[in-house]
Amino acid sequence: MADIVLDKVSKSFPDGTVAVRDVDLEIADGEFVILVGPSGCGKSTTLNMIAGLEDITGGELRIAGERVNDKAPRDRDIAMVFQSYALYPNMTVRENMAFPLRLAKLDKETIEQKVSEAAKVLELTALLDRKPANLSGGQRQRVAMGRAIVRSPKAFLMDEPLSNLDAKLRVQMRTVVSRLQKKLGTTTVYVTHDQTEAMTLGDRVVIMRGGAVQQVGPPQELYDNPANLFVAGFIGSPSMNFLHAAVEDGKLRTAVGDVPLGDRIRRELTAEDAPRELILGIRPEHFEDASLIDDETRARGTEFEAPVEIVESMGSDKYVYLTVEGERASAAELEELAADVGTEDLTGSGSSLVTRLSAESTVAEGESRRIWFNLEKIHLFDPSNGRNLTLHEGRAAGALAS
Amino acid sequence: MSTDSTTTVDRTEAAGPKGRVPAPRRGRGRVPLSEGKRAERKLGWLLCAPAALVMLAVTAYPILYSVWLSLQRFDLKFPDQREFVGLSNYVTVLSNGYWWTAFGVTMLITVVTVAVELVLGMGLAIVMHRTIIGRGLVRTSALIPYGIVTVVAAFSWRYAWTPGTGYLATLFGEGAPLTERASALAIIMLAEIWKTTPFMALLLMAGLALVPEDLLKAASMDGASAWQRFTKVMLPVMKPAILVALLFRTLDAFRVFDNIFVLTAGANQTSSVSMLAYNNLIRGLNLGIGSTMSVLIFIAVAIIAFVFVKLFGTAAPGSTDEGGRR
Ligand SMILES: Nc1ncnc2c1ncn2[C@@H]1O[C@H](COP(=O)(O)OP(=O)(O)O)[C@@H](O)[C@H]1O
Ligand SMILES: [Mg+2]
Repeated sequence: MADIVLDKVSKSFPDGTVAVRDVDLEIADGEFVILVGPSGCGKSTTLNMIAGLEDITGGELRIAGERVNDKAPRDRDIAMVFQSYALYPNMTVRENMAFPLRLAKLDKETIEQKVSEAAKVLELTALLDRKPANLSGGQRQRVAMGRAIVRSPKAFLMDEPLSNLDAKLRVQMRTVVSRLQKKLGTTTVYVTHDQTEAMTLGDRVVIMRGGAVQQVGPPQELYDNPANLFVAGFIGSPSMNFLHAAVEDGKLRTAVGDVPLGDRIRRELTAEDAPRELILGIRPEHFEDASLIDDETRARGTEFEAPVEIVESMGSDKYVYLTVEGERASAAELEELAADVGTEDLTGSGSSLVTRLSAESTVAEGESRRIWFNLEKIHLFDPSNGRNLTLHEGRAAGALAS
Repeated sequence: MSTDSTTTVDRTEAAGPKGRVPAPRRGRGRVPLSEGKRAERKLGWLLCAPAALVMLAVTAYPILYSVWLSLQRFDLKFPDQREFVGLSNYVTVLSNGYWWTAFGVTMLITVVTVAVELVLGMGLAIVMHRTIIGRGLVRTSALIPYGIVTVVAAFSWRYAWTPGTGYLATLFGEGAPLTERASALAIIMLAEIWKTTPFMALLLMAGLALVPEDLLKAASMDGASAWQRFTKVMLPVMKPAILVALLFRTLDAFRVFDNIFVLTAGANQTSSVSMLAYNNLIRGLNLGIGSTMSVLIFIAVAIIAFVFVKLFGTAAPGSTDEGGRR
């Protein structure tokens, strides 16, 4: 077990692609860290550099305090789980799991004992004599995990280990991974492009975009206090709604009505180079049916009326899609996020709002409804650089803070 | 062929070992085929029937005809003495020293060239697989020897080794290497290897492409050195491709003819079996003995093919009996 430190680690490929730039990250001993971001953002490259499978072209990597930039993978004592599982097709499950131990020249008895121990933990005992070709996806995945844990390495690296499983199995394996990591207490770096996995699994989440780290923190903190537009749009499902907002006389003019501004934000916007247009971000759960809230709550927000397009009842609450008029919010980050998700989920388009209302709401498709939203929970972003203007000392304070 | 095959299977069995339907595993409780399976199997045979028929027409006839010839005393120089003699031609050939010398030479050439080609071809394949810059150029230039007509290449080797004028002969001092048995054989093998290593490399490269990059990365992480990655991960995964390459090359090498024909014409006991058969059949006009040799070569080739096909059966990953579902 060991801590892992990335000190301004960069990677540029021979063809000139800069896949990772100046990544600073300190992973504590025993910590479970998730690297997340859209595909192509450099997650795998970062992981491969930690593993030693890719050369580091800039910065320093330290494992347990020791610089390992130039060490071969086999000398780093790290195990890795691949998305493709990478099981040796010619070996049985037992041989696959024993492979790293055999290479480490352990004696037969120790190997046998360690393999059967790992097999027990992962419920693979009955499958030990099978070949990978005769296993299901979930079983293969467990064998890949087994091969990683038998050696008790200093750290585990996992590159989208659950991406090839179907949705149900993925949820199941998520808890297996989580439980295993807690039980073993081994430092783990886990790569995924799925924000749900990122939110549910790790102690801390690292959000990457275009080879650079955007924000690092516990999942809830990233959700509540996103540092920028990209993080705000990436974390959360359904994702945050983004609306175009024009700054006029200390107010914001938006498609959901005028939004009053508190002193702090207003002060920021009086600066010479302050943006005249902003992006307003509201999470679906910060909306509510205006007829359901008490006066005290009502005072903390503002209301608007909009036609209801679709109502999806989840039982515990309702997802309601509203149509709003007005200019679309546009920023490079939003386009990138839309491209990553696929265009059908364009929540940042500005023409449709996703809201999560109480199950008691009597809202119906086709009608026009008064909807309330919480001004203390909204975020304002500068479209030119994506910065979250409502953050104050790392905490989101909403629009009204003074 | 499994005993529960339908009659359709039996009728078309002459299609040979290649058309074999994978028989149910032996030694386990045999389940009778379902209606649908049986219909599917029948359709399978019907679909390959046209190809099988063409094969029969163009290969079975000459083969059977030469078997028929091999059972006769038939020398075109003495056509009147043609007569059915049973297996006596086989006795003559198999008890003849020349045949066995030629057989030995053929085996030597086959084993040595295929072994050397495998090693060199593997090296070349890895180089071609790994090169990123100028990949096309590397591959094209590596394939040039294979693109040259064998006879042309053989002549250039012959001139190169001709005392007095050849650059290789000059380089290696006096003497005429093509007139001494050991050196002549070495040169023949050199010419063969030079010519067909690219082909071997090409086949092996197809096999290399089968090895997933992740598998090699996983092996590095598991602590394997470069050599261990090669022997413990790459080779097993490539095994089917290696066997195909070996089969092709072994069958080819066993029939070696052009290089010997041009380089030594079989002088100084450098004849291969093909060379010997040619000398008897075409030059000696002895159809009986020549056909006998051809049939023997055919049998040898069939045995080689059979052995390889047997090996193939267990080569594909996951298709093996051990570790199967229980
Ligand atoms: N061998 C390579 N040569 C050049 N560019 C590469 C190479 N490998 C990856 N890249 C580029 O580096 C970037 C990051 O890749 P990767 O780390 O695989 O992303 P992901 O976050 O999806 O795992 C991508 O733009 C990719 O195209
Ligand atoms: Mg990746």
